[in-house]
This record gives sequence, structure tokens and C-alpha cells, in this order.
Amino acid sequence: MKARRLSAPTLLLLPAVIVLAAVVVVPLILSFYSSFTPFRLTRPETFFTFIGLRNYQRILSDWNFWVAFGRTVLLLTVALNLEMLLGLGLALLVEKATRGQRVLRTIMMFPMMFSPILVGFQFKFMFNDNIGLVNNALQSLGLTERAIPWLIDGKLAFAAISIAEIWSSTSIFAILILAGLLAMPKEPVEAARVDGCTPWQTFRYVTLPFVMPFAYIAMTIRSLDVARAYDIVKIMTDGGPAGRTELLWTLIARTAYSDARMGQANAMAYFSILLSIVFTVYFFRKLAAARTQIGAEW
Amino acid sequence: MDANASARLKRRIATVAHRVGLFLAMLVICLPGLWIVLSSLRPTVEIMAKPPVWIPQQVSFDAYVAMFSGVGKGGIPVLDYFRNSLIISITSTVIAIAIGMAGGYAFARHRFRGKSAMFLGLMLTRTVPGIALSLPLFFVYAKLDIIDTHFGLILAYVALNVPFTIWLIDGFFRQVPKDLAEAAQIDGCTRWQAFWQVEFPLAGPGIASSGIFAFLTSWNEFALASQLTRSINSKTLPVGLLDYTAEFTIDWRGMCALAVVMIVPALLLTFIVQKHLVGGLTSGAVKG
Repeated sequence: MKARRLSAPTLLLLPAVIVLAAVVVVPLILSFYSSFTPFRLTRPETFFTFIGLRNYQRILSDWNFWVAFGRTVLLLTVALNLEMLLGLGLALLVEKATRGQRVLRTIMMFPMMFSPILVGFQFKFMFNDNIGLVNNALQSLGLTERAIPWLIDGKLAFAAISIAEIWSSTSIFAILILAGLLAMPKEPVEAARVDGCTPWQTFRYVTLPFVMPFAYIAMTIRSLDVARAYDIVKIMTDGGPAGRTELLWTLIARTAYSDARMGQANAMAYFSILLSIVFTVYFFRKLAAARTQIGAEW
Repeated sequence: MDANASARLKRRIATVAHRVGLFLAMLVICLPGLWIVLSSLRPTVEIMAKPPVWIPQQVSFDAYVAMFSGVGKGGIPVLDYFRNSLIISITSTVIAIAIGMAGGYAFARHRFRGKSAMFLGLMLTRTVPGIALSLPLFFVYAKLDIIDTHFGLILAYVALNVPFTIWLIDGFFRQVPKDLAEAAQIDGCTRWQAFWQVEFPLAGPGIASSGIFAFLTSWNEFALASQLTRSINSKTLPVGLLDYTAEFTIDWRGMCALAVVMIVPALLLTFIVQKHLVGGLTSGAVKG
């Protein structure tokens, strides 16, 4: 009798599993299949033509795809590292503040509330070459004569996108690292100081290891939705000008919906999914390692 | 004496540097938002002016009035988008929280085989980029004929939110001591009663804040919504924002006004939950 009944955790997790299977797993299996077909939305019958790995061959030999792929990895690397550093700096600044910490913390959370699409839009507005805040300020201060074409020049546009991305996500790092700093026991720091450590050594060997798990939580959360950068890029440049800020995600959207080549877009999508999974698993393992390290020391 | 003076000077410089750094950081954080609010209140002529007008000469709420006075005058049906956004976000949040509570409780209170693998697996479903997921969903929804319906988006958002709510709620249930529920059971409660009378009220604030987090995710989502919605039947605010860019020119003032309308609810909600949110995410950090 008892053996036939489902165990409690199974029963409790069942709804979550069902929903995720229906909305994520099954469609993904379907899209995995269709990445082996020349499927086009306009011609449904192509869904049943099997062409093996030809889609993958085509995108792997496509230079544009690799450029977009490389650019995506570059953006993630630059953005995540800078967000981590700036977040750490911001958290240390706020932790040092003696008064008004509550207000500061609230202000710090400000960018988190902005939807990525709003972030993209507001930075598009600010970096606009004609009426943008940035150019207006630079010109009023006499730093530059001509308007700088922020979103038109490829390199500048990449920088502008990175800035938008960093602005929107640094606060996640700052807040979680600040939580770590506040939760940290004071004795080890004092002990280190008594033992004659310089402030830098105290920070490097006592504070930082304690704060790292919190940073990895932030990293894990970020890697769960790095692809939200799609919204920002879509609004700011939409991959343009002439594909010079094309990321993997905008390329997928263009191939699927503008060119209607679903099969090929699905093949690309699998690369982007793989990329996200690699990021997430990497930080998950870092998180586990950092946790055990702390557990051993305190 | 001399050493004293120089040490004092050094400390004062450090304090000033800290203040300045803090001020600059906060300025960078606040400025984009403030600029949008300001721009939504200025006439278009002033936004476009060359050389720039820094101090607003006239302030008006025209953009907001135009936006809410319907399709004819404001250009885009903001009210419809607003209603869609509310319906979709609230419904998907409620469902995601119910599912997340069951799942989070299972992770916090039960031991079972493959627990961490299961947790990682749930998280991995969340890593699928929205745009990559939208391709097969678009296809499936087209077959089921639920594109451009509330139901379709709600279903997608529930799936999007469940992994994260499970993570958060797991954290909140862990903060409630196990002994409390056990004591209640010894006193004659059933497990079900012990949950609702003891554990649920204690984890309640945390659960509420994960609900708000889920709400914000749905409220702000764009990649899926932009492909799965077509018309005023189901278009949400983030998709509606694009209506202002439909032509070659962009109505910056209108867009700024709509941005403010989107951000105000998010701002209020985040303000309410900030404390619990950090607690839930980090509760497992030190004592894994």
C-alpha cells in the first residue's frame, strides 16, 4: 500500500516539473528536432524533411555567426567582470558610510527595477548623437566640437551597450556583496589587524574569501538571465549598424522571424543555450566550492 | 606632534574621498532615471533644442494626459497594454507562487535522492534565453492557436518564474527552525496544519517578496512577449513601448512618459520587499 503512494517530495515537486516540462523541455525537444530540418514558417511541410546536420554545417561555416558568437562572449566577459568589480567597490563604499545607510541601499537598488527594455531605451536616449544627454554635456563643457556618433560607430556602440548592461546589473552584485559584508563576523578582521596585517592584507585574505560566496550567488543569478541583454541591444542598435553590434540573440531573432528560417535559427539557439548552461554550471560549482571553503574556516 | 597632524590630515582626506566617491556613484545610478522623468515633463521642442536647454523652461503633464486619453489622441492604446500587463503579471505570479511554495518546501524540508541535481536541473531550465525559447513556443502556440492570448503568456511566465521562486522560497523555509513545526505536530497538529499555522506565517513575508519578484519579472519581460503577442488583445507594456519607435522618428517625450508609468509600480514594490529579497537569496550562502 505504502509503496504505491508517491512520496511527499515527489508530490510537491510534481507541479513544477509538469509546468517546466510543458513549457520548456518539450518545446526544446521540438526545436532540437527542427534544427535538423529546413523548416520555414512560411512552408509548414518542410518540418518533416530531414536534412541531418546541414543547418549546423551551415552556421559553423558562417563567419557572421562566429563574429556574433565571439562578440556575445566578449560582452559577457567584460560586463560580468566589471559588474563584479564595481559592485564590490560600491558595496565597500556603502558599508563604510556611517549615516544614511538605509537610503543609500535603496538608491543602490534603483537600477534593478528597470526592465532591460527600459534600460536600453533610456541609454539610447542618452547616447543619441543629436539630442542625447552625453553629447549635450560634452559639447556644453567644450570637450568636443562635433557630436560623437555613439550608436552609429561599431566600437562606440559596443561600449555604449556595455555601459547600459553594466549600469543595469551592477546593483545585483553590490547588494548581495553588501549583504555578505554585513553578515560577516567582526572578530577575524580584528584579529588580523591585531596580528599586524595591513588594510590591504586584511581585505585580501579575510574579507574577500568571506564575501566570495555572495559574489557567486550574484554571478549565478546573473548567468540565469544573461540573455536579457537581448532586450537592451534590440532597443539600442538592433544589431546594427550593418551588423556591427550583432549578438547571438539578435542574430537568432533575425534569422527566425525576419528571414523565417526556423530550422537554422533553432540550430543557433542551441549554441546560445549551451553558452548559458556553461556559464551557470560554472558559477554553481564555484559557489559550492566557496561555501565549503568558508565552512572549513569558520 | 608632526606625526599626529599628518595622520589627522590623512584621515580627513580619506573621509572626503569616501564622500566624493559615494556621491559620484549615487549620481551615476540616479541620473538616467531622473533624466527620463524630467524629459517626460518637458515639451518636445525643448528636448530637441540645439544648443541644449538644461534648465526646463516650462513643465507640463501633457504627455501623460495624451497617453491616457485613448488611441485617437495619444497615439497608442496604453490603457489596454496596462490592463494586459496587470492581468498577465498578477495571474502568473499567483500560480508561480503556489507551485514554488510546494517545490521550495520540498527542497527545504525533505531529503531525497538526486536533490542537488534536481535543483540544478530546475535552474537550468531558467537559463534558456528567452529568444531561443520563443522559437519553439511560437511554433507550438501557433499550432494550439493560443498566440496573442492572455493564457499563452501566463503559461510561459509561470514557467519562467517557477525556478527562481523555488530558490527563494527554499531559502525562506530554511530560515524557519524545523523544531517549531515538529513541536506543533507533537501538540497534535497534523503536518498540514503545522505547515499552515506555524511555518507559513513565519515564512510569509519572504514568500510575499518572492511573489513581488516574480511579478516584476513578468511585468518587465520583453523577449517572449514581443513574439507571442500581436495586438491589443495581449500586448504588454514593454512591447507597447516599441509603438513609439514604429516610424523613422521617435516620440521621445511620449516614450519617457510611458517609461515612468512602467517604472513607478516596480519602484514601489521593490521598495517594499528589498529587505527580504536579499535574505532569501543569501540564506544558503554561509550555511550551505
